[in-house]
This record gives sequence, structure tokens and C-alpha cells, in this order.
Amino acid sequence: MKAKAFKQPPALRTLSSLFIILWLFLAAFPFLWTLWGSFKVELDLFSKADWTNAITGARTIAEHGSAFTGNGYEGAWVQEEFWKAVINTALVCFFVVTISLTIGTLGGYALSRSQFRYTFWLLITALIFRAMPPITLVSGYLLPFFEWNLWGILPTTIVVLVAINQPFTLWMLHSFFQKIPKELDESAKVDGCSQFQAFRHVIIPVMWPGVITTGLFSFLLAYNDFAVTSMLLSKENQTMVPKIYSFLGTTQTEGNVMFAVAAVVSATAPLFVLVMFFQRQIVSGLTQGAVKG
Amino acid sequence: MLFKKVALATAIGLVASNAMAECEIGARVSIVGNEFPAIQAVGSAAAECSGSEVKSNLTADHQKINVAGMSGNPAEYTSAIIANSSIVALMNEDVIRPLDDLVAKHGADLKKNQLITIDGKIMAVAFMANAQHLVYRKDVLEEIGVEPPTTYEEMLAAAEMIREKGIMDNPLGGAYAAGWNLAQEFNNMYIGMGGDFFKAGTAEVSINNEAGIAALEMMKSLSEYMNPDFLTHDSNATSAEWKAGNVAIMNMWGSRVGPLRETEGSSQEVVDNTMIAGPMTVGGGETPATTLWWDGWTVAKNISDEEAEATFIALNHAIRPDMLNEETSPMAVWLIDGYEPTPAATGVFDAANRGSVPYPMLPFQGLLHTSLGEELSDFMQGKEDAATALADVEAAYTAKAKEKGFL
Amino acid sequence: MLLFIALPIISVVTQSLFTPHEQVLEVVENCGPFGCKETTTVNQEATQKLRDAKPLGKFAGLDIYFDRGHLAVNEVSEAWKTRTDMSDFFNALRNLPFYRAMGFTLTHTFTVTPLLIILGFIIAVAVNSLHRHLKGLAIFFSLLPMIVTPLIGSLILFWMVDSRGIVGNALQWLFSDPTLSLKASTGYTWIMLIVYGVWHSAPFAFVVFYAGLQTLPQDTLESSMIDGASRWQQIRYVVIPHIMPLVTFVALIQLMDNFRVFESIVGFSAQAHATSLSWIIFNDLGGETRALSSAAATSVLTILGVAILLSPVLVRTWQDFKVKQ
Repeated sequence: MKAKAFKQPPALRTLSSLFIILWLFLAAFPFLWTLWGSFKVELDLFSKADWTNAITGARTIAEHGSAFTGNGYEGAWVQEEFWKAVINTALVCFFVVTISLTIGTLGGYALSRSQFRYTFWLLITALIFRAMPPITLVSGYLLPFFEWNLWGILPTTIVVLVAINQPFTLWMLHSFFQKIPKELDESAKVDGCSQFQAFRHVIIPVMWPGVITTGLFSFLLAYNDFAVTSMLLSKENQTMVPKIYSFLGTTQTEGNVMFAVAAVVSATAPLFVLVMFFQRQIVSGLTQGAVKG
Repeated sequence: MLFKKVALATAIGLVASNAMAECEIGARVSIVGNEFPAIQAVGSAAAECSGSEVKSNLTADHQKINVAGMSGNPAEYTSAIIANSSIVALMNEDVIRPLDDLVAKHGADLKKNQLITIDGKIMAVAFMANAQHLVYRKDVLEEIGVEPPTTYEEMLAAAEMIREKGIMDNPLGGAYAAGWNLAQEFNNMYIGMGGDFFKAGTAEVSINNEAGIAALEMMKSLSEYMNPDFLTHDSNATSAEWKAGNVAIMNMWGSRVGPLRETEGSSQEVVDNTMIAGPMTVGGGETPATTLWWDGWTVAKNISDEEAEATFIALNHAIRPDMLNEETSPMAVWLIDGYEPTPAATGVFDAANRGSVPYPMLPFQGLLHTSLGEELSDFMQGKEDAATALADVEAAYTAKAKEKGFL
Repeated sequence: MLLFIALPIISVVTQSLFTPHEQVLEVVENCGPFGCKETTTVNQEATQKLRDAKPLGKFAGLDIYFDRGHLAVNEVSEAWKTRTDMSDFFNALRNLPFYRAMGFTLTHTFTVTPLLIILGFIIAVAVNSLHRHLKGLAIFFSLLPMIVTPLIGSLILFWMVDSRGIVGNALQWLFSDPTLSLKASTGYTWIMLIVYGVWHSAPFAFVVFYAGLQTLPQDTLESSMIDGASRWQQIRYVVIPHIMPLVTFVALIQLMDNFRVFESIVGFSAQAHATSLSWIIFNDLGGETRALSSAAATSVLTILGVAILLSPVLVRTWQDFKVKQ
């Protein structure tokens, strides 16, 4: 926005700033509220009596002598061993992202360079597969997994998540590679490189932004998944989201909502760090034209 | 809750320290079940056995995985801990074995009423019971000067008085969340009205009758004294309302009474005045408008006899009379020999003594329950009349039952 | 690859065409902690014989697709015959689970998708005009709604919109109606779910459009400026055509995701007021007796629905593809 011609008139500028402030408030408020509330007791946060309690912490003071309590965190992390779920989530995310990016990059590259008609149909099948609600898939997988003794362990879940995620990765990277001019690898081949060498020396250096963006979306899928992880993992291998859900209790028994709230804050914290760290890449990755219908 | 978990941990410690060497098993044991404290206590008591590995996977999603987990050969799970509503899924798929020989060999300590017998064959061993019953605020009822209600009609009258006096806007509570909870409340009310769900000996549903309509009308009248969001209040939300002091009378699970009497997340005033009584009747009926529930364990069919025997020994050990102590006794209403009812258990005991009926153990009851959960909310919102809602339920059930081969 | 993509689709389609065998019922005595009773149960031996004969189950063809839980052909034609006027017919349709779910699903899809595209676009344009140092912060906060788990994000908001929560209270004050409860009325619940849908997905559109704006050809913009184009004309004739391919991409992904709306219905406990196809599947599988064939049939219907929704986009992609060859 160097050019003077692009300077906004003051009225528009104010309007746009006001809009941004409003939007950022809407986007961030629920999180700040939850963060604040996670240091209170249940009655205050959910304000069954009066909503101002959530701010003053009236019941928290009555119970703990101060307006803030770390009980929820202590319960979730120490007593319920939430850290185990954190480790499991880390493992699942790492492998899902690595595997789906590897397949996605190679597959997306191959598809984008392929002239055959089946590539289109392959992409369409991938899309249809993505349209299928994951919960149906999982119930279909359940029986064979038990029979082959694969149920409950992390690798199975990773494979299923990769499979669910692959269509999206493939589409995104496919469009991305299409934006890299074919002349680039063709000229490399003229110089005597094999197809693979061309990929390695010419394509890899320019593909990072697209890969990082795709990787972020894959990560979010693995991180946030509930349908697959809740059905395919045994209790000790559970990831964060089903674990949080299990804090909420069942029909006949009482749960502990504050553990869940503290865990929700804990589960969102690493994402904050991640977005902070990768925001430049996300945006620049998208800038390279990673996405195009 | 924190207190409870600490108590549980201590209990396990205590049990472990005086564990007897008598529990010796010779093959693997693997248990799947729900995750509430009483079942966790059973799971850890089973793990005291030595000689082979005892694994347990206790999770709220147990119902979704137990059939699949027991269908393989050999089955992943050698035992599933289930309730009377969920044992039918295992029996329908034929994945659990009769226990008569094992009971004869190892189960001398089991009481006759713990044995779940179907067609003369023992299919499960029950260890705890549950039921929904009345919970009331003593101070509020004293203020309006009435006795705790014994019928739903009295409950309505009391609610009207509380509202009139301006003590509370919405004095009634109830787990009326659309879905499983609402369907369960209908079941209670319909049973209280003396209705039968099916034509005898068949899977044909018949609830669109006077009892059904009366049950729905009663639920509608009750809901007028509830928080306007009642269709989103499951039993968790209803308990939270109670703890916040917004509700004076409700029909609630016996297993939830303990937490209601803890000051954590509640106030001293509410805790001191939370009283329980047996379930209420409705429409002049004799049978209380509630259902009785048991939790028990089963043994898988597709496993070797050694594994079945080991599983039986371990779980039988887990529910032996001396597993009951100060810590474990208040966790549930145990059916184990030598159990002394704690004050929180009186509601469930009263329900059993007054001839309440168990939740029907029919192969197709689950389908009806789901159908009720789907179709009744239109009536509760006043979008259609009771007869139409019930006709919808019947039609939804019939489609499902045809698909599953019951009709 | 093929294994994980093709096999599940085939197995789901097969499952939707077959139903379990007829169960042989018998009446037996059933005893437990609360006494004995005569009840109906399944005769396993007899049923097993049927099962062994045909392990896949009974071939039902399209019966399940046409039963009351799905397309309900009989009920619909009945309602058509007995209708007094059109609204009566639509009321009858609304009473059938599939059409009730479709009603909400389509309303949701077709309000949320355009709204989130517009909102995402405005945010992208506004953020783009911010000062360099503020951009990073703004992007970070804008992404928040997308990165939180839908199930948990909706739970948090559900707690907030309770009539005694902070948002619920604010709305009561705003409309000066102390009895206002968003959770108790169907209309408000729909609005709540739609607002949540837009809130949750707008960041996705924002990120994509923001990236697109970075590659905006500056010279075109400048020349349009010299030609005396107003700000609005610039957006209309330069910016929008430039990011059009991205709009297609966002529309494709979001139409698909919004059509499968599920987590927010569970998170907001909204099933009394709004259901969707994915919710029906969840409900079929979540009961004590799981209806696998029914769930499979609904899944196939979902896929068909998505295919119909996306067909314009797919046709375009196909044409692009042919041109490229």
C-alpha cells in the first residue's frame, strides 16, 4: 500500500477499523471468557444465579477464599492425567501430518503432471469420499479392526485419519502444483534430470508455502477429530478431544465440567502458539496459490 | 467430585492392601464397561488377581464398542459390564455365554437375586442397582407447608404453590432433554399410568392409547413449571440447576444423589435441605412411575473356557462382600451380600420395595427408546397433539423394527 | 489409497441394501434382582441358522431408502393425496424425519455459505488495509474461531447463550425481554446455529481470500484508479474477478461441510429444533440397538446430496480439465 492512490479516505478508514475491532472482539471474546472462567468454580462460570458472578467470582470466593482457583487445572492435569492425552494427540498429529503430506505431495504432483482422464475421476472419487460422514466409515471399520486385533492402538487411528484427510490434501496440493509452471521441470529434464530428480531439485524448493498451508489444515483435522478418535481408541490411548468429552459425565453419573473447561483452555493453548508461529507461512503459503478451484 | 476421586483412590489403596492371595487366574481377562466410580472400583478390584493379565477399558462409549469387541473369535473383551438396557444388544448378537456351570463352580457367595436368568440360563451377574426417584428441598416445602409429594399430581400442586408464593419461578426440574432423556421420562410416566409398550409376545408396539396420551399430557403440565429450556436439559444440566438452588422438586437418578449433597459447586443451604424419597405414582396407579436398573457383568462367548473361567473368578472376586468398605459403599447401591444402605440409597431401595418394574429387557426396547427420543419433542413444544406424536413414534419404531427383522 | 477410498464406499452401499435377518422371537422367563417376569427374547439357535445360510443378511434392495426413516415414499404420496392445500402438505413433510432434517440442512447450507463468504471477504479486505504491524495480530485473532474443536467451540457458546449466561443476558437487555430464551424456540435455535456456523467458518474464507489479495496485480489496480474508478468499482471489477477462483474453492469445501452440519447440533443440544442428515446417522448408531443399514442408507443419501449440490462446480472443473489436455 505504498502508492498514494491507495490511501483510504478517513471515513472509510474509520469504518473499516471499527469493523475489524468488532470482528476481532467477536472472534476472541469466547476464548478470553473461557480462559477467565476456567479459574472460577462451575456455578460462577455458568452463572445459574446471576451472570455478574462470572466476573466477580462470588461463589469462587465463598469456596476458595480468592476470586481465582486452579482447581480445574489441577483436577484435569494431575488427577485425570490429561497429559497422557496430550502426548497421544501430539503423536497422532505428527504422524497424520507427515504421512498425509508425503502422500499428498507425491500424489498431487503426479496428478498435476498426468494427462490421463482417470486423474479427474480419481479426484472426484476422493471428493465423494470426503462427502461421506466419518461416523459411518468408523462404524464400518469397527468390526474388522477388532477381528484383526488392530483396534484401540494409535497407528490404526493415524491410518484412518490420513485416509479421511487425504482427499482434501490431494486436492489442495494438486491445485498448488498446477500453478507451478510445467516448463520448470521440463527444462530440468532437458538438462538431463530424471522425473524424480526434477521433482527433487526443482519442485521441492518452491513448494514449501503450499505444503505448510496444507499441513496446517491436516493438523487441525487430526487435532480436532472426535468421531474417529472416540470410537477407535481405547481409554489409555485417548486423545484430548474425547478425553475432554468424557469429563462431562453421563446420564446416570455426575461429570466435572470445570475439568473440561480447564482442559479446553489447555487444548487450545498449543494451537495459539502454533498459529503465532506459522501465521506468516500460512498466509504466504496461500499467497503462492495453493488453493484454486 | 475432587473429594470423590480422592476417596476412590484411597479406596483402591485400601482394597489393594488387604487383597487376599486367593484370587489366582490362569488366563487373560479383558473388561469393557462404563467409567463411573463404582465400575472403576470393580475394575480395579478385578485387577488384584494375580497369575495373568487383567486389562480394563472403562469408557462412556462402551456401548458402541462392546458388541464389535466381543464379536471376533477370540473376542478382544472377555467381559462387558452392562445394564439391563444394554445387555439385550449383546444377547441379540449372541456374543455372551450362559454362566450356569461357572456359577456352580465358583459362585457360591453370589445371592440368588444377583443372577440374571433368561429362559433358565444365567446370562449376567448384577452388582449394583439404580432408579430415578424424588429429590426435594425440605426448606421450600416447609415454607409452603406441604408434605413431600407421593404422586405427580401433588408435585404439580406444590409447584403451583411455590410459584404463587414467588419463591421460585420454575420450581420443577427434570431431565427432559430431547433424545434419550425425554424418552426415559416418557417410559417412567407410561409405566406409572399402567401402560404396556408392546402387544404381548410380539414386537408390535402399542403406545398410542389412553395411558400414552395421559402420560404425555402429564409431562406437558410438568414442563410448564420447568425452565423454558427444558428440552436441552439433560441430567447433568438438571443437577446443575439443583445445585444453583433454582429447583425445589425433581425426579432424579439415585446415583446422582451423592454429588448433590456435596458442597462443591453448590451452597450449604441447598446441600442441607436436599432430601430424597421414593418414586412418585401418577394417575392413581399403584406402580411407581419409574424403572429399576441394574449394572452387572457378562462373560464373552467367543473365548476359550480357560479365559471364561479366569474372567469369572476375577470379576467374582471384584464383587465379593469384603470389597465393601467405608469408601466403596457410598459409591452405589450395591446388590452385594452384606451391603448396608447409606442414606443416599434409600430412594432406590424404596423404589424396589414398592414394586417398581425393571426397565424392560426386550430385544427391541432400544429401538422404541430411540424413536420416542426423536418424535416426542414436537409434542413438548406444542407443535402437535399427543395422539399424533404417539402415532409418529409408532411409525418410526415400525420402520426401524422392520429393518432389524423384528417385524 | 484405493483401499481406503473405494472399499468403504462399496461397503456402505452394500450395507444399505441388506438388512439383518428376521429374528425368531420367543417368550421366556426372565429373572433378576427385582423378580421374575415373562418377556420376549430372540431365539438364537433359530436365528443363527438363518444367518449362516446368508451371511450378508436379507437383500432388501431399495426398501430402506424408501421407508419412513428415509425418503418415506408411501407417507409422502399419502400426504400428497390427502392434502387440503400446499401448506398442509409441507406440514406433513415436516413431520417426517428425513424431510425435517433436509429442511434445516438446506437452510443452514444456503444461508451459512454465502454469509461466510461475504464476511470472510470483508474481513480480508479490512485486514489488508491495516497497518503492517497490526496485520499479524489481526490475522492471529481472526483465525481463533476456526482452530477450536467444533464440538467444544459450540459447547462454550452454548454455555454463554444460556438465558442466564452473559450473551443471553445481553440479548435480553438488548430486546428488553427478560423471558427471552434462545434455546427454547425453534426460530432462535436455527439463527443461533447459523450464526455459529458463520462464526466458525468465516476465518477459513478469510485466510484464503486474504492470500488471494496478496497476489492482486497492482498495475491493474493503479490503471483503474487513473481511469477514475471509484473504490467500489475497483472491488467490483478488479478484486472480485481476481479472487473468483478462490471463491469457488471456498464454496466447494464449505457447501460440503455445511451440508454435513453435525457437531453444532450436538454441542447446542438442538435436536428438538433442528436435525441434519449427519445427526440422523449419529442417532441411528448411538442407540442401544444400532441400525447399521439405516445409517448406511442415510450416508449414501448424504453423498448423493453433496454430489447434487456440487454438480455445478464439478462440471466447471471437468471443463477446465478438458481444456488443459
